[in-house]
Amino acid sequence: MISDGIEDEEKWLTAGIAGLQQNAFYMHRALDSNNIKDALKYSAQMLSELRTSRLSPHKYYELYMRAFDELRKLEIFFKEESRRSCSIIELYELVQHAGNILPRLYLLCTVGSVYIKSKEAPAKDILKDLVEMCRGIQHPLRGLFLRSYLSQVSRDKLPDIGSEYEGDENTVMDAVEFVLQNFTEMNKLWVRMQHQHAIGYSGLQGPAREKEKREKERNELRDLVGKNLHVLSQIEGIDLELYKDIVLPRILEQVVNCKDDLAQYYLMDCLIQVFPDEYHLQTLETLLGACPQLQPSVDIKTVLSGLMERLSNYAASSVEVLPEFVQVEAFAKLNNAIGQVIEAQPDMPVFGAVTLYSSLLTFTLHVHPDRLDYVDQILGACVNKISGKGKLEGKTTKQIVALLSAPLEKYSDIDIALKLSNYPLVMEYLDDSTNKVMSNVIIQSIMKNKTHISTADKVGALFELIKGLIKDLDSDGNDEMDEDDFKEEQNFVARLIQMLYNNDPEEMLKIICTVKKHIMTGGPKRLPFTIPPLIYNALKLVRRVQSQDENASEEATTSATPKKIFQILNQTIEVLSTVPVPDLALRLYLECAEAANDCDLEPVAYEFFTQAYILYEEEISDSKAQVTALYLIIGTLQRMHTFGVENRDTLTHKATGYSAKLLKKPDQCRAVYACSHLFWVEDQDGIKDGERVLLCLKRALRIANAAQQMANVTKGSSGSVILFIEILNKYLYFFEKGNTQITVASIQGLIELVTTEMQSDTATSDPAADAFFSSTMRYIQSQKAKGGATAEKFEPIKV
Amino acid sequence: MNYILGAFKPACNISITLNDGKTRKQVPLKKENGQTAMVPLFQSQETIAGKISVEPLQGKKVDHNGIKIELLGQIEIYFDRGNFYDFTSLVRELDVPGEIYERKTFPFEFSTVEMPYETYNGVNVRLRYVLKVTISRGYAGSITQYQDFVIRNYTPPPSINNSIKMEVGIEDCLHIEFEYNKSKYHLKDVIIGKIYFLLVRIKLKNMDLEIRRRESTGSGANTHVETETLAKFELMDGAPVRGESIPIRLFLSPYDLTPTHHNINNKFSVKYYLNLVLVDEEDRRYFKQQEITIYRTAETSS
Repeated sequence: MISDGIEDEEKWLTAGIAGLQQNAFYMHRALDSNNIKDALKYSAQMLSELRTSRLSPHKYYELYMRAFDELRKLEIFFKEESRRSCSIIELYELVQHAGNILPRLYLLCTVGSVYIKSKEAPAKDILKDLVEMCRGIQHPLRGLFLRSYLSQVSRDKLPDIGSEYEGDENTVMDAVEFVLQNFTEMNKLWVRMQHQHAIGYSGLQGPAREKEKREKERNELRDLVGKNLHVLSQIEGIDLELYKDIVLPRILEQVVNCKDDLAQYYLMDCLIQVFPDEYHLQTLETLLGACPQLQPSVDIKTVLSGLMERLSNYAASSVEVLPEFVQVEAFAKLNNAIGQVIEAQPDMPVFGAVTLYSSLLTFTLHVHPDRLDYVDQILGACVNKISGKGKLEGKTTKQIVALLSAPLEKYSDIDIALKLSNYPLVMEYLDDSTNKVMSNVIIQSIMKNKTHISTADKVGALFELIKGLIKDLDSDGNDEMDEDDFKEEQNFVARLIQMLYNNDPEEMLKIICTVKKHIMTGGPKRLPFTIPPLIYNALKLVRRVQSQDENASEEATTSATPKKIFQILNQTIEVLSTVPVPDLALRLYLECAEAANDCDLEPVAYEFFTQAYILYEEEISDSKAQVTALYLIIGTLQRMHTFGVENRDTLTHKATGYSAKLLKKPDQCRAVYACSHLFWVEDQDGIKDGERVLLCLKRALRIANAAQQMANVTKGSSGSVILFIEILNKYLYFFEKGNTQITVASIQGLIELVTTEMQSDTATSDPAADAFFSSTMRYIQSQKAKGGATAEKFEPIKV
Repeated sequence: MNYILGAFKPACNISITLNDGKTRKQVPLKKENGQTAMVPLFQSQETIAGKISVEPLQGKKVDHNGIKIELLGQIEIYFDRGNFYDFTSLVRELDVPGEIYERKTFPFEFSTVEMPYETYNGVNVRLRYVLKVTISRGYAGSITQYQDFVIRNYTPPPSINNSIKMEVGIEDCLHIEFEYNKSKYHLKDVIIGKIYFLLVRIKLKNMDLEIRRRESTGSGANTHVETETLAKFELMDGAPVRGESIPIRLFLSPYDLTPTHHNINNKFSVKYYLNLVLVDEEDRRYFKQQEITIYRTAETSS
């Protein structure tokens, strides 16, 4: 059905073009022989092809353009003819003898253009006559094209300032009148199209279908109407005053009165685009006054956004124009207009309102960067609009994100946003996921700009703002969030926590407390991400306080004492047990213990160790995790110097005990020889208990033996000798460090043991072990070769 | 054969020459055979003077019972064939009975002739003026020669010339108000006006302004009326809405109009009407006819 229509249309167009060309041919012949009568006759016949009602705007345009080209030739002929035999006045009458109105008016416009050029009559009279006579075409499509032709041929003949047609009684007012009238009539025709059948409409297609088609057709024609506004904007003589007093009110009158949403939207947009910004600025009240009067279905937000965008750019273009904005109270007017528009269009979706506010905000940021109150005001208005609207749809929230992001981008400083009382209120209305998005935006802004958020109050406000990331929001909570995304956002939070800093320990402590308060609400999923940075931040503070104390200890009255901080830390880590992530908690306890050690707070350090041990005992059951945890414990404990003998013994003893209780023999072995270091600290006043070192190593050897035997039994091969080589290395280490309990003989024995093992039949070849052993041997050799005391010491070892 | 042909040839050539024939304006006139000839133009109360020359054919003599010239104003009604009503008939005797052997000329003059009616060529009726020369002969029959001429009478512009203004309509359907700037137009005049749409509830397609000529002949029961549409001038294309005002500008010069004639010698009348026709999308026609008077002015005569 539809394709038939299109085919038909194609046929009509072809026929129309053929008819046009044929008559154009005869017209040319008549022109060549200077036969004016025939020329008029055939040109009228040629133009009669434009009387068709069968073509859609698109096809009609094609036909029109061909006619247009022919009319140019006719115009040249008229020009010559008027100098030759037939006066232009006679010609002007002659063409009006045509019986059909459409050809008649095309010819009249063509002659009219020559008539104006001849200056035999005032341009204004001819223009007025032409624009009046064109009223005869009431058919929208044909009328629009005819008037567009009129506009085209008269464009360069308007009595504009500086034009040759201006002067005497011809003023720029006449040009304005002419264009305005043509515009008005064209718009009326254009609007009327809406109420008529679409071309080629069969009546079988549904009404919605027809409406769609009609709107499509109308959209194809809109530029013909808009062209008039463009012509107006090109008239030099329209100064601000003329624009303000006549041009704008007349245009708006037409726009408002036509009551057609399509036209209103397009024309408002057009109006804003074609006229200069400064005009808009100076006529803001009038322009905005029209907005609430438009049809409720007009997409006014786009129009106003366009306007505000233009004004923003205008403001950005030069600082000098800014006072103008202030002078005309641009913000107040825009704000007011938006309010009115929203009121006038109760059906406007929230999205529209938010878009408007968003544009206004952009405008404000450009024009009044110093007026934070404006920004807050806009946000407040926005809150009003979205409150009580229930769930917001996707694009609305997206718009809100844009709205909230704008000040961040502008000021590059979250401080500003924190000062805006309505900012958090707006965020309230975002759904969870959008809230997160927004929070991310905020964090990224902070990180990008390396903003220092330096007071506890601000931190509090900030965390309140980004609570979407900090805790599960009231709704179902465990929405299907991608694991990676979750990790990423929590990493952002972690980075944010890292960035918080204040030089003053007091304030810093407050910040830490505030952060703690907020992140505690985060639930088990978040705590593992958020607590570590907080702990490290706090530990940094501890070290800072400590070093200050060393420098100036008189300020004992401050609350930011290491002790106090450690208390907080303890509480904080404790929370982790609820998650549970014991290995993380253990690490943190150990970190804290080490920090406490640096502050010489023995009881505190002891307490942390105790906590770590409890965790080890109660929570860490995985053997691999146990090994790792144990190494950590041993490593940390080894560095502790604050402990008294008793405490140290207890802890060391425990650690050794844990080592022996590991599940796998190799793990046991390694843990035990690691424990040997607990008794040998290479410090000035470190303990050097050679005997217990040796005990540990011997025990390790025993375990290694047992391991080997076990391997023999279970697998039939003696397994690797790597444990022995490792122990040998420990021996060598302590030997070198001067542990007198380690004798040359024992080392010698161990070397032999390894060699034997490696050569035995049951030994499985292990290249790594071989390499390790030979490099160990090489080490001994090199120590020997060193000379001096070391060489002397190593000398007895035979390899 | 030549001999027989010769027998039917008139025995002499008669030519009618006007004294001011060289300078007098000639206008086209449609003859009975459909051809157009250029003939001299006069107006009422002019003097028509000239010469008649009679030239016998070589070697022949013309024997006659007298030669006369008549100025005739005739009305011919076609359906009443053969009936000529001479409303004007003037005779000048040119020669007494006798014989003419060679070319002979006779001057004639009709001075200040009253010719109130204009030459008119209509559908059913014709009003003509003619100069008729008759050479009366006994048994051989008379020899006659005709010279048509045209009379146009000019009237001064009417002192009262009101516009035509009227509101018409079909209830709840279509209401328009139209205005023609005058009720009396001269032949080269321009009709200026406008149509204002007060109410439009029908889908109009276009609107034309027609010039119609109504020619009525005869009287009483024998009246014949013939109406012709001389002009069909499109005023509007498309469907207007309420409040639209459509301009009218119709130049009369391209159309073949005559002045309005009222009851010419009780034989015929010619009246003109402007007919405003609106056509809707279903091709229904709505029209309103208004009589206008057409007159001829001296200035615009050409």
